[in-house]
Amino acid sequence: MANDDLLLRMRGVEIDGWSDERWHDIIKGVDLSLKHGEVLGLIGESGAGKSTLGLAAMGYARPGTRIKGGEIVFDGQDLRKLSERQKQRLRGSRIAYVAQSAAAAFNPAHTLLDQTTEVAVRRGQLGRKEAEAYARELYAAMDLPNPDRIGDRFPHQVSGGQLQRAMTAMAMASKPDLIIFDEPTTALDVTTQVNVLAAMRKAIEQFGTAAIYITHDLAVVAQMADRIKVLRYGEEVEEADTHTMLTAPKETYTRSLWAVRSLEKPGETSDDKILQIRNVTAAYGKVPVLKNVSIAVPRGKTVALVGESGSGKSTTARVVTGLLPPSRGEVLFDGEPLPPTLAGRSREQLRRIQMIYQMADTAMNPRQTVGEIIGRPVAFYHGASRSEVRARVAELLDLIELDESFSDRFPGELSGGQKQRICIARALAPNPDLIICDEVTSALDQIVQEGILKLLLRLQKELGVSYIFITHDIATVQAIADEVVVMYQGSVVEQGRKEEIFSPPHPDYTELLLSSVPKMEPGWLSQAIAERRQLTP
Amino acid sequence: MHPVLKTVLQRLALGLMTLFLVSVVIFSAIEMLPGDFTQAVLGQAATEETVTAFRRELGLDQPAIVRYVDWIGGVVTGDFGTSFSGRAASGVDRSREVIALIAPRLENTLFLASMTAIVAVPLALFLGITAALWRNTAYDKGVSASTLATISMPEFFVAYILILVFASLWPVFPSLANVRPDMPFWERVYRCILPATTLMLVIVAHMMRMTRAAIINLLAQPYIEMARLKGLPARTVILKHALPNAWAPIVNVIAFNLAYLVVGVVVVEVVFVYPGIGQLMVDAVTNRDIPVVQACALIFAATYILLNLMADIISIVTNPRLLHPR
Amino acid sequence: MTDTTAKTPDEFAPTDAAEEDYSAASEVSQVKLRRTRRERAWLSLRKAPISAWIGMVLIAIYAIVAIFAPLLAPYGEAEVFAQPYAPWSAEHVFGTDQIGRDIFSRLIYGARNTIGIALATTLLAFAIGGGLALTAAVLRGWTDQILSRLVDVLMAIPSLIFALMLLSIFGSSVPSLICIIAVLDSTRVFRLTRAVAMNVVVMEFVEAARLRGEGLAWIMRREILPNIMPPLVAEFGLRFCFVFLTVAALSFLGLGIQPPTADWGSMVRDNASLIQFAQYDLKAALTPLLPAAAIAILTIAVNFVVDWFLHKTSGLKDEH
Repeated sequence: MANDDLLLRMRGVEIDGWSDERWHDIIKGVDLSLKHGEVLGLIGESGAGKSTLGLAAMGYARPGTRIKGGEIVFDGQDLRKLSERQKQRLRGSRIAYVAQSAAAAFNPAHTLLDQTTEVAVRRGQLGRKEAEAYARELYAAMDLPNPDRIGDRFPHQVSGGQLQRAMTAMAMASKPDLIIFDEPTTALDVTTQVNVLAAMRKAIEQFGTAAIYITHDLAVVAQMADRIKVLRYGEEVEEADTHTMLTAPKETYTRSLWAVRSLEKPGETSDDKILQIRNVTAAYGKVPVLKNVSIAVPRGKTVALVGESGSGKSTTARVVTGLLPPSRGEVLFDGEPLPPTLAGRSREQLRRIQMIYQMADTAMNPRQTVGEIIGRPVAFYHGASRSEVRARVAELLDLIELDESFSDRFPGELSGGQKQRICIARALAPNPDLIICDEVTSALDQIVQEGILKLLLRLQKELGVSYIFITHDIATVQAIADEVVVMYQGSVVEQGRKEEIFSPPHPDYTELLLSSVPKMEPGWLSQAIAERRQLTP
Repeated sequence: MHPVLKTVLQRLALGLMTLFLVSVVIFSAIEMLPGDFTQAVLGQAATEETVTAFRRELGLDQPAIVRYVDWIGGVVTGDFGTSFSGRAASGVDRSREVIALIAPRLENTLFLASMTAIVAVPLALFLGITAALWRNTAYDKGVSASTLATISMPEFFVAYILILVFASLWPVFPSLANVRPDMPFWERVYRCILPATTLMLVIVAHMMRMTRAAIINLLAQPYIEMARLKGLPARTVILKHALPNAWAPIVNVIAFNLAYLVVGVVVVEVVFVYPGIGQLMVDAVTNRDIPVVQACALIFAATYILLNLMADIISIVTNPRLLHPR
Repeated sequence: MTDTTAKTPDEFAPTDAAEEDYSAASEVSQVKLRRTRRERAWLSLRKAPISAWIGMVLIAIYAIVAIFAPLLAPYGEAEVFAQPYAPWSAEHVFGTDQIGRDIFSRLIYGARNTIGIALATTLLAFAIGGGLALTAAVLRGWTDQILSRLVDVLMAIPSLIFALMLLSIFGSSVPSLICIIAVLDSTRVFRLTRAVAMNVVVMEFVEAARLRGEGLAWIMRREILPNIMPPLVAEFGLRFCFVFLTVAALSFLGLGIQPPTADWGSMVRDNASLIQFAQYDLKAALTPLLPAAAIAILTIAVNFVVDWFLHKTSGLKDEH
């Protein structure tokens, strides 16, 4: 073989996927090489084929896909020429896989320890006792609490962040040469993510394992990888070492990916409040979710609600819209108290508050055309005639930068960004005063996010509409918010103008949250961990 | 309390509740009868006195709740009341106790059902699991297509084809399954071959399709893909990673189909003139012999509910999330 | 057939890689391939497997026979001839039955009666079960609780047994047969409709309609119903088969459609004794199997079509 130092060399790999009764290309001839102990970051948007390529590095194709061409040479052997049996022998012991959802990828019927040691014991690499001792050592290396006992637990008995670490320990248990990490922290909260990332990096450095790290998050990949490869539509855009890639990307596409995070607007505020939430307490049945929450939204401005899952951001939105009547407290809209339930509100009150959702896919009826979706609120609130509705739909489509011809399409015929634009148009249709945006950009690819944020900003400037912007992403807050409300476990931690909230001194939780957000600098993770040690007891 | 025990007890209570409600529904059947049914049972010539006496015997002069308590109290002690048939307008009563009619026939039905189940369950599981494991092979397609055809046929069609071939053209088995209590065991089995085969074909088809679907669903779980990516051999993936999670779906499929079997016997018993409870019920329905109909319906419903209850309890006690609480 | 690990359509990206420069405009102008509904229907019909085609052709034949029964049948439905149990001949293609009625004519009329009753019953079951299920799914709360528990209890009694019990009370007439089976079968329709409707009710577009202030009728008819049609159509096929077999079984037991109305189930029963003469006259022995086969073939045909339809609409893909 050409280069002894190379652990993995993929050349001209082509992979097909079966859909609509025919084969489509997913990966169109990609080259990839990896040295011993090296970490390669594989980034791209959804649909770029990152996961498919990652699995192909194990010689594995998911049902419904097939590896059509190219060679995949792992340690001198072409995986495509090996028998299924020979490939099985490599998997688990020399190449291991860490899946995105640890909760789904662990078997509910066996303990963590049993699943961690399974491969090493079965292959006879280690005796049971040694394998268990080694597993405990790995649990300790992954910073799992109580590493001697945690292995006796079943997957549903530990938290998501711990499970993800246990899965990394499982991958390392048979001392593999290569680990494929497939978006391992995507499902975790930011404050959990930092610790998991730190533990993963520490472990692969400690054991000198090579890795392919697949993610869509640039800041994460900057922490983990030595080199970065950018994929788009199943093809390589460019590849370089992490430092070069971050500071001097060659391709326009890569630069546009990087540029999203630099969007920023100065925060302004006003004393004229369109919405005031006063001392609201709310519960689902007996479970309290909001505790004495007070938030004010200035007219024509944007208030961002930030916090992790379970912090009560979305519940606040449900109280404002009337879906969840509060058990105590009140909501004032334009100075008037809002009836607590949906049924108690007048059509005019409903008209003035609109909502945009995270998943545009489920927010639009797939059996209605764009024209029907946007036209319905116009007809419903304003009792407009057919021709008036049609004219207004055209006007709204123009406002969201789409062509009039879109009005007779179905949602299934639109791209992700287009769908979200239609949802924005639907919210704008009745001329509301306040729009609640619930994580509207988090399901979108980075570049599409930028387009949507710019659109929302422009609309605010032109129409004077106010936004409540629910998000967990600090970069999005930087881009759009005037004021920020930090929430934690159902309470407001602090509220104020964005610049004030984002500059020290911070309350403890805000500090923890802000310090957990990955930054696009390679040294950030080590620094953040060092700082956090002092924060968390 | 341990969550498993708690869930099992909850499920048992729910089962009892369902049984109670079902008994109320079945009991109220007699309430829905038109007012002059006593006349119809006894015949047009019945005198005023005999009708009144019959009404008193049925307790129609008492409120429904009292009669329900009487009836259900009797059922619990094995007393299902007296049959309507055998009564005459003259007041002569040659009617028999319902329990005396049912007991021997229930035994026959259970014999036929067990004989079917012993062969059908293992066969169906084998076919279903192998078809799921060898998905989209010619074997899978063949088995799936033939079972689709079988479930589409009425039971009596299958039964008559078997009779035509094995009793009429080549008389190897009797077409009438007229078993008697004094018959030796193997003689009974011999006479039951055709009805049991009919039931088996139908049940195996249903059970195989459901098993196949359940196993395919299980194999699509991410932890099965993970087990494959860990390089485990296929046998280990199936035995260690799929099987412990397969009990609940498989047991549910079995219970569902045994319950189906209980109902399927009705038609098959009529075709083969088999002296079972299904035929008894059909006769009772034809003669509008309500006490017998109620008793049969209650027995069928109770079997059905108990089978499903058992399946649920097995699912609960094999669920790792309940066995190992947080 | 379930294959949840297969790629989502998102994985198959459009192929315009030439456009390297990113801008909102280029994202916005991306146009996906689109076809009209009729084109799509024709396209999928052309790709239908042979089994689905056989099924559709058979169903069409049955429908024609049922609709034009009086034109196709050589004799009347209850016309009695001199010779009972006449053998197959040019005059009586499949002979005559126990009281001398032409079997071939009764088979043709039987299509009309048996299929007609099964169809009416299934429609009624869907009207009852589907309507209640949609109401339960949208209102939730107490309405849903009460209806669901009621259905649980009714479903705890095997439906054939329940039907037998009710027939013993109300007697066997066509209207009571239709009502009894429809009510019993509506519990199954309720379960399925409620389950699929629940999946739609939790979607945000339904919440959006609610926030807009839309009424119950709009939400049920415009937001939910169009989205649950495919599984309901498939279920209609399956329920039809089930009802059809139940009606046939009851008639076979002598408790369903009553004479002199021609019906496949009771025809089997009436002529069953001919089977024992198979060694002497095979044709006569086959006579009772003809109506049984007619039932089986229609059920298989419907199942073939439903299988294909389910496979197509659920978007499931087989490995290749």
